Amino acid sequence: MTWANAVVQGLLLGGLYALFACGLSLMFGVMRIINLAHGDIAVLGAFLVWEVTTSLTISPFLALVPVLPVMLAFGYLLQRTVLARSLRGGPLIPLLTTFGLSIVIQNGLLQVYSPDVRSLGATAGSISTSSWTINSQISVPYIGVLVLVIAVAILGGLQLMLARTPFGREMRATAQDPDTAALVGIPASSVYAKATAIAVATATVAGAFLAIRSTFDPSSGPTQLIFAFEAVVIGGLGSLWGTLGGGILLGIAQTVGANIDPRYSILAGHVLFLIILATPRGRILATRRATA
Amino acid sequence: MTLLEVTDLSARHGLLQAVRGVSFTVSQGETVALVGANGAGKSTLLRTLVGAHPAAEGTIRLDGHDITHVPAHRRVGLGMALVPEGRKLFADMTVEENLLVAGRRAPKGQWNVETVMAAFPMLQPLRHKRASQLSGGQQQATSIGRALMTNPRLLFVDEVSLGLAPIAVDSVYESLLGLIRDGATVVLVEQDLRRAMDVADRVICFLEGRIVLEAPTSSVTRDQITEAYFGLPASTDTSAPTTMEAT
Repeated sequence: MTWANAVVQGLLLGGLYALFACGLSLMFGVMRIINLAHGDIAVLGAFLVWEVTTSLTISPFLALVPVLPVMLAFGYLLQRTVLARSLRGGPLIPLLTTFGLSIVIQNGLLQVYSPDVRSLGATAGSISTSSWTINSQISVPYIGVLVLVIAVAILGGLQLMLARTPFGREMRATAQDPDTAALVGIPASSVYAKATAIAVATATVAGAFLAIRSTFDPSSGPTQLIFAFEAVVIGGLGSLWGTLGGGILLGIAQTVGANIDPRYSILAGHVLFLIILATPRGRILATRRATA
Repeated sequence: MTLLEVTDLSARHGLLQAVRGVSFTVSQGETVALVGANGAGKSTLLRTLVGAHPAAEGTIRLDGHDITHVPAHRRVGLGMALVPEGRKLFADMTVEENLLVAGRRAPKGQWNVETVMAAFPMLQPLRHKRASQLSGGQQQATSIGRALMTNPRLLFVDEVSLGLAPIAVDSVYESLLGLIRDGATVVLVEQDLRRAMDVADRVICFLEGRIVLEAPTSSVTRDQITEAYFGLPASTDTSAPTTMEAT
């Protein structure tokens, strides 16, 4: 039964990883940018939610309402000002730029908020601590289910948007061939900016839920980035449903690993990632050329 | 009425000067064929005209307005469209999606998904097929249809027959001729001299980035074009066309 519990908990944890991976997957899929600041942007979002929550003494869920538009605007401007310029410099420059951005965000947060570890769990009320008890071995935490449901809703919603809406078609066209997209009247820079805005907003949601179900501090970003990156690669690049599956597989690998021995938790996730990379599909991913 | 006016236009690929100080005009309703050997700069010229390649020098005017530095996606809104060499469809999207994505921001006009399907009946049954699954001729038709979805006043067509079976070329040209008869303004690049002369009112021959011959198709012979095409001196018994420049 403890194995069943490990799988259930992994599924729920995977929802959070998928939420983190969503924006990373979108930015890579549309712009071929691997955003190394993705985890730090999520943590920045978490701090903004924390700031609103504590200063207004409201629920962190409610605090997301004013924070999300701010982060959407931040993402939009980030692309328009910094990333658009770095994209013109070739595929390596955006990697360096986002690496620098990651350092700036981490140290900025450290300066303002100190290295103290915080959590939004207490402000979220009983939802962060309560659970359904299925039997003596399995209990399902409310917050875990909520995160999984939100992850499915966001990733599924984005996938539907890409498949069905005119803007989604423009995004796919730009992702496949930005030069030809311009020839049919699509302004790639505007599509890129909107994609980045969406990616930053989903990162903020992920950061807020990390803060609610666990703890965070200014240096939490890189760990989340690695998990998000692994989820994207396990799920297959360029597919949002794949990213959801990848996040869940990573979560399950970690909890099952932890069930064998707590020391193996993170390691099991990395091993799964490496196994996927070693498969024929993984080799295709590793050698895929980035065009920007 | 002059629709497009190109003055001393140059374009480069790094150190290579692909287009060297080219000047010509295109009038409303006219069909102009650009001919020349591979590497003569025809495709670069078309890509520069639609904004996909930067102009190094010179000006491009549409309706008398300078558009030399207008980005490509805005030139679509001004009524310029390119059927790119190699078709360049969005491979993961269906035929219908390829058309719709081009129509979204375009000025409204006679072309929409239904009128394109009517002009290219072969696309009707392929509507929901992915572009990557189409044959070359079907892709070419989709690519022309996609350009038409932007309701262009000026259509640039780059090497429609490249890589197609002769029968597919025939059907693509039949559709193009339909457009031309309806009064479209078309500038096309074509390797096949016979086809170029069949559809065009005027032919412009390129050699090493320069215009070496510009003449109405009615007043020029294939031999004269062939000579200009290869840069050979005109033989003594052939009267040189009036607009032929020394190179």
